Amino acid sequence: MDLLSPELGLFVWTLLAFLIVLFILKKFAWKPILNTLGERERGIADSIAAADRVKKEMAQMQNENEKLMVQAREERTQMLREAKQMSEQIIAKAKEDTRAITDKMITDAQQQITQQKMAALTDVKNQIGALAIEVAEKVIRQKLSSEDAQNAYNSLLSQEVTLN
Amino acid sequence: MRFVRILLTAAALITSSSLFAQHEEAPLNPAAPSEHQEEKKLDVAGEIFAHVGDSHEWHLFGIGGHPVAVPLPVIAYSPTKGLSVFSSSNFDYHDMEHHVAPDGKTHISNSYNGYHLERNIKEKLIADDGSKVYDFSLTKNIVCMLLSVALLLWIMISVGKKYGREGSGKAPSGFQNALEPVIMFMRDEVAKPNLGYQYMRFMPLILTVFFFIWINSLLGLLPFGFNFTGNIAVTLCLSVVSFVVMVAKGNKHFWTHLFNPPGVPLGIKFILVPIEIISLFVKPVALTIRLFANTLAGHIVILSFIFMIFIFGAISKVVGVVFIPLSVFFSIFMFFLELLVAAIQAFIFANLTAVFIGQSIEEDHHGSDDGHEHAHAVANEATGQDFHISPQELVA
Repeated sequence: MDLLSPELGLFVWTLLAFLIVLFILKKFAWKPILNTLGERERGIADSIAAADRVKKEMAQMQNENEKLMVQAREERTQMLREAKQMSEQIIAKAKEDTRAITDKMITDAQQQITQQKMAALTDVKNQIGALAIEVAEKVIRQKLSSEDAQNAYNSLLSQEVTLN
Repeated sequence: MRFVRILLTAAALITSSSLFAQHEEAPLNPAAPSEHQEEKKLDVAGEIFAHVGDSHEWHLFGIGGHPVAVPLPVIAYSPTKGLSVFSSSNFDYHDMEHHVAPDGKTHISNSYNGYHLERNIKEKLIADDGSKVYDFSLTKNIVCMLLSVALLLWIMISVGKKYGREGSGKAPSGFQNALEPVIMFMRDEVAKPNLGYQYMRFMPLILTVFFFIWINSLLGLLPFGFNFTGNIAVTLCLSVVSFVVMVAKGNKHFWTHLFNPPGVPLGIKFILVPIEIISLFVKPVALTIRLFANTLAGHIVILSFIFMIFIFGAISKVVGVVFIPLSVFFSIFMFFLELLVAAIQAFIFANLTAVFIGQSIEEDHHGSDDGHEHAHAVANEATGQDFHISPQELVA
């Protein structure tokens, strides 16, 4: 039992030493060590979280880029298609217009030609008529200077002009 | 890893040198003159207890029967003589070996300044006039403890400064690498599971308890060493500290469950409350006995293996010599075991401190379901007990 009875002196000195050690270590060792460990852990956790976030953002950006590319491609195709259509339309319209104009021009020209032809013909007819009358007048004036000639001629004319 | 290897190498060196230290005391063995042989006929128990016990001087070794020791201050207070301070060299330890009281076991020293020493299992300072003595001497245990505490402070403060200086941005180096896993282990495996979100408040206590016990147990394994954590006054002191913290921090929930467990019939309360009160006081007692018994047992077993050489040597010199390698082998084996036990016991003490404080600061989180909690507390106690048995059985 002697072994189990605690000595007062040892108890008191141990208590004193332990409490002083506790106090000193708390202030100069445990506090900086635990704080630093905590900080480091938080730092590591933050870095991992940040890396994850960046990764996600990158993925998102890539997605967006792809989407943009697809969209751009689609837009380009559409634009091309539209441009083609438009050019075809323009060409078709131009052709039509041209045809209309040429048709009109041709018709106009034909009309004009016909008009002018008719006018020319009338003119020619008139001139020929006038000429014939003039010739006839001259001839008649010369031939019909005597009475005989007048009779002879009358008979000839009456022979010639048969009613056919 | 490198730290562990250095420790093991040191341990091996220490074991061998402690054996030499033992051989120095050869004059105790039967080779000594015959009248000596008659007088101290292999008082193995006495020798072992002298080695594991406390002493007013720091005995290093003996050369040719003359002890080489560091005298330590004796500080005593007695109601009749008041305070007296003198050197322990005033007591003749060598002479004390030969002065045996009529009971045949108690050694008595010369008287000085009205005091003398008596040693049976423990060494005690006794007043000549028989009055009560309050002995505050700086004994071997206290001086060695102060030395190891100085070492602990130096290590921890230098590491702490490094942390303060380098901050969290730099990778740990040197001794930081040795300490950091231990501190992290104590935090994540001991404090956090037992103390919950309040763990940071008790981390300094738990870490200090752990390292205080560990370094004292380790240095206690040195030759010329001491048996600090194997002394009941020391373990009692440490468990009183954790008991005081536990009681001081106990919340309403804890005290209600102790004195007036809710949801229990009145008749049962009369049985349950005394049991609860007993269990409250059993906790520090368990802490005290566990560490004390484990460390003491380890020291005694190592010494016993060494004394086996002399026991067999007393039968026949040849047997003694033949037994040396075996004894050395067992001692080394025990030494490694003790290195392990030092860490395990320090861990258990810190862990149970955390468990007990955790019980007293536990908050009421499940209303009427208290039967479950009692079972939980009992289970905790039981696991602690289980854990404690295994190394002790190994030692035994």
